[in-house]
Amino acid sequence: MAFVLSADRDRQVDEIIARYPERRAALIPVLWLCQRQNGWISEDVIGWVANRLELSTAQVQGVVTFYTMFHQHPVAKNVVWVCRTLSCDLRGAKVIQEHLEDRFGCHAGGTSQDGKFTLLKAECLAACGQAPMVQINDDYFENLDLEQLDRIIDEHAAKEAR
Amino acid sequence: MTENIEKLLTTRYGLADSWTLEVAEKHGAYKTARRALVAMQPDKIREEVKKSNIRGRGGAGFPTGMKWGFLAPKDDEEVYLVINADESEPGTFKDRTIMDLDPHRLIEGILITCWAIGAHKCWIYVRGELQFSIDRLDAALAEARKAGYVGDRPFGMAYPIEIFTHSGAGAYICGEETGLLNSLEGKRGEPRLKPPFPANKGAFGMPTIVNNVETIASVPDIIELGGEKWSGLGRLPRDGGLRLYGISGHVKTPGVYEAPVGITMRELIDVYGGGMLNDRPLKAVIPGGSSTPVLRPDRLVDAPKEDHPLHEWHGKSEIDVPMGVDTYRALGTMLGTCCAIVMDDSVNMVEVTRNLMRFYKHESCGQCTPCREGSGWLVDVLDTLCTEPSPTDPRGKIKSEQDVELLVDIANNMMGNTICAFAEGTAMPLLGLVQKFRDEFIEAARGGVPESTRHDDTTRSLVGSPS
Repeated sequence: MAFVLSADRDRQVDEIIARYPERRAALIPVLWLCQRQNGWISEDVIGWVANRLELSTAQVQGVVTFYTMFHQHPVAKNVVWVCRTLSCDLRGAKVIQEHLEDRFGCHAGGTSQDGKFTLLKAECLAACGQAPMVQINDDYFENLDLEQLDRIIDEHAAKEAR
Repeated sequence: MTENIEKLLTTRYGLADSWTLEVAEKHGAYKTARRALVAMQPDKIREEVKKSNIRGRGGAGFPTGMKWGFLAPKDDEEVYLVINADESEPGTFKDRTIMDLDPHRLIEGILITCWAIGAHKCWIYVRGELQFSIDRLDAALAEARKAGYVGDRPFGMAYPIEIFTHSGAGAYICGEETGLLNSLEGKRGEPRLKPPFPANKGAFGMPTIVNNVETIASVPDIIELGGEKWSGLGRLPRDGGLRLYGISGHVKTPGVYEAPVGITMRELIDVYGGGMLNDRPLKAVIPGGSSTPVLRPDRLVDAPKEDHPLHEWHGKSEIDVPMGVDTYRALGTMLGTCCAIVMDDSVNMVEVTRNLMRFYKHESCGQCTPCREGSGWLVDVLDTLCTEPSPTDPRGKIKSEQDVELLVDIANNMMGNTICAFAEGTAMPLLGLVQKFRDEFIEAARGGVPESTRHDDTTRSLVGSPS
């Protein structure tokens, strides 16, 4: 099915374009709007964005592949990023990752057996003083222990079920 | 001990709802911006910033007043201000606190700076992961617009200033200012060849000043106190003021603290960081973000000559030298972002190196061959070093002490051969780690890294999973 941005979000595109002297500058913000609606950046999304911003699909594709937060494949409703850079690793990020892998039944890079969570490894998320931490969708969860982590995952799993 | 130290940037952090206009304004926000825009000439503001001796807080430590002085717009050119809020250097988490807890301080700094440099438009480039900070900034901007501080007539003056947030999407390299500008323009965040520098040809081809969040958030205090007085709050010459320090890793109270320029690393760890976690001995500290070469507490300053900039600290530990842009350069490291990563004696330094090099491999933008290939090659060699020797594992089989020299060789060939400083940021910490902990690298070359200190996760099978 061809991708079309909702009317509400499409109005935001015009507001975004007006913030910059060049139309192309709206590309990353508009890709964000699309990913929020579609979950990931599919070929259809790329085509739609290129058309809307008067760019070539190659220009859009080049940007999508440069930035790690744009998903180039479908992901679960909840995307869990585990920071594994030094400050977090010193404070037990490995244990956090392994716990999630065991709970989800997938390695980092995969999606949980119940399909609710995609688990990804992240490079430094600027929360070094609150290590270890994970990012789930837009939110940071910091100073974690395994008990808290399980509670947070439970909450997200329940939210998704509704 | 910290009670006597004056606070400026963090004075509003502890207030309930400190991020709202009502609370911020009740505690002094926008007072200085109003005075600056209504009653001060731009050149007077620039003069005060120059006198303040503020060194850029993003990591490079370039004097902000001098940077502003490079602007020379032609008649048909518009000047832009871009705020670098792409905080991504491992170990660094200070700018976030300003955006989350006192966004109005940043906006006030932007207003004054726009007036001082002749800009009418400002974009705040925030790393994409920090959605919470972006939301806080957007809410604060909406309040400031409604109050008439941002918009067509800030404080009633006929000097329109528009400020927008702009979200990144996950790329460390966008903290490099020209990579950031490309990203802002909707392109891949690949750094540009310089010259031209952004002050001549920056965002959208126009003269642009790119400054760090903390730098601009300090501007209201500089104007309020006067450059000279603000500079005097620091303990070092030509490097002024108070600044944010971060501390993470093996300390009791990791976090962000405000203190004068020129405290020592020992003070940062013992006084602000609360001392070592579980009272274990300090083994090493990466002083200001992962790109800054490591310090060892048992390494002494060697500066017997009287004209050496560190002569005063000759024979003292590296961690007793005041933290300043120039002092740390003389020490062979860098002050960077002033956010330290502290490590106790349980840590294996080869494994630390591997962790950091994985970061750089992941984040190299790939434009320049020495950086793209070099960062990956370093990880390959480190993977080999960390693996135990084994007759069946091809990685473990072939390693030797020459691999340590190979690391040094790769790093040396990355430096100076690329468009931006990312390659130096990768090679310098590696060279520092190998130089200061060579015995551990040699040991790894002989026998690998003990399982208990290894942090790789590639071969693990999952508990209770069919795979």
